[in-house]
Amino acid sequence: MRSQFVKTVTRILERDNNAVLLLGDIGVYGFRDVLSSYPDRAFNIGILEQSTVGLSSGLSMCGLIPIVHTIAPFLVERALEQIKVDLCYQALGANLVTVGGSYDYAALGPTHHCPADISTLNEIPGIEIVVPGHPEEFDQLFNQNYDNGVTTYYRLSESSNNNAHKVEFGKNIILREGRDIVIIAVGTVLQAVLDAVAGLDVTVVYCTTVKPFDFSSIQEFLKKKIVVVEPYYSSPVITNIIRESNDPICDITSIGVPNSFIDKYGDKDEIDKIVGLNSESIREKIIKRIRDEK
Amino acid sequence: MSYETIRKLKKTILRVSYTAKDGHLGSSFSILDILFVLYDRVLNLTADTINDDSRDYMILSKGHASLAHAAILEEKGFINKNQLMSFCSHDSILGGHLDKNKVQGVEASTGSLGHGISISIGIALASKIKRQTNKVYVVVGDGECNEGTFWESMLLGAHHKLDNLYCIVDYNRSNDRALQLDPLQDKLRAFGWDVIVINGHSHDEIYNSLNYYSFGKPVAVIARTIKGKGIKEMEGNHAWHHKYPSKEELDRMIKELS
Repeated sequence: MRSQFVKTVTRILERDNNAVLLLGDIGVYGFRDVLSSYPDRAFNIGILEQSTVGLSSGLSMCGLIPIVHTIAPFLVERALEQIKVDLCYQALGANLVTVGGSYDYAALGPTHHCPADISTLNEIPGIEIVVPGHPEEFDQLFNQNYDNGVTTYYRLSESSNNNAHKVEFGKNIILREGRDIVIIAVGTVLQAVLDAVAGLDVTVVYCTTVKPFDFSSIQEFLKKKIVVVEPYYSSPVITNIIRESNDPICDITSIGVPNSFIDKYGDKDEIDKIVGLNSESIREKIIKRIRDEK
Repeated sequence: MSYETIRKLKKTILRVSYTAKDGHLGSSFSILDILFVLYDRVLNLTADTINDDSRDYMILSKGHASLAHAAILEEKGFINKNQLMSFCSHDSILGGHLDKNKVQGVEASTGSLGHGISISIGIALASKIKRQTNKVYVVVGDGECNEGTFWESMLLGAHHKLDNLYCIVDYNRSNDRALQLDPLQDKLRAFGWDVIVINGHSHDEIYNSLNYYSFGKPVAVIARTIKGKGIKEMEGNHAWHHKYPSKEELDRMIKELS
């Protein structure tokens, strides 16, 4: 997704004089051509994430469209108050694009992990949260939305689903319908979910916009068993469904990253396995849910 | 004449604070002269030009001094008297920290310290990107200079040669009880800013410092001020940081200003 991010933003900077790129000393090599072609609108701003977000709100006040990029924890967790106050409380538009996902930097340890990004940002009123599952989906979603005047978080990952879908900001896609449970798969976890449900008679809803969540797409399923599968801490999607629903929703559970520090290194696939987000573990949990087993 | 207006504004601020049972009087009185000179003689900004792309910007980074800002916005016709007198009441447009989306003339919703300075860097940079000539004035407190974002912004302002940016430090020594900031002028100069030290209650010194231009460099104005300036029992007294006057105190203070 990183190389797609470079391509997408390069094209936007070419055609939109209001777009301004701010790199937190990350992605500088990838964006080297942009940095040299647009020195007045593309900056390696430095390793000062809080001020970068504050600065981006100043740009936005003056009609420019900031695109801020660095590794997830340093933007979301370090600059959280600036995202809340300077961007969202002031109702300004900005694009916050991170890499690293939950544990793409598995080998670097918990300082570089950020499975809390979505649940943390989900609590900020007015923010939009986009979790693409494929580089082409990022391109679609970013182009649809980058200049909409709202602060939007884009969560890029090193991993990707096998196939891109035609996605629309704020809309879920029902990929298949079945008689048993309903699975809502978010972003990059879709591939593991599709592999996990082979041969099972289940509904799969694909979500790339966590906030605002497309409640209407799942309204017809609220009486069924629902499992949300998410590649980060559980479960902002359940929170958003409950906040939208006027009726009690009793039978909804989540499969996400467990709420504990990950004390192993290695690569993302190895971590997926120990946290239960590989397709085998997901299948096992889904079958138990279908059978109502603990 | 302008000092008479300051006395009048202080009386208004005291009355608003008494009515609201709220307000940061000490800080409001320490920055009142600075804000007054800005709105009266420096800013290319009036109530009629508040949405002009070419206007100058004033960001009150120390947002708790909102009473001073609100009183001047009323004096200059951005808001009306009733709005001012409703300060901090339930349906007022004026809270203890002013909201840019509610109050005409407020450019940024500040309150958490160390934010307005970074926002100002963004506005000044935006003006450069757009090849415009807006000037940006940001008022910070000395306590606020503890924040990491203040120093990050000092790096950014100098690096991006933001000579359209003026950072006025309200140096009312309220931070002395926490961290040693001196010698602040040396520190800011070392960060690449031009630094002017002034008496922050002298209107001519304020005006002259804000008319100083340094090619390729942002300007920091260290304004030596007195917290609670103009009211003897309030001057330098931390008890008046966030305290409203009783009826007796109000009467006494109004008399002192008359």
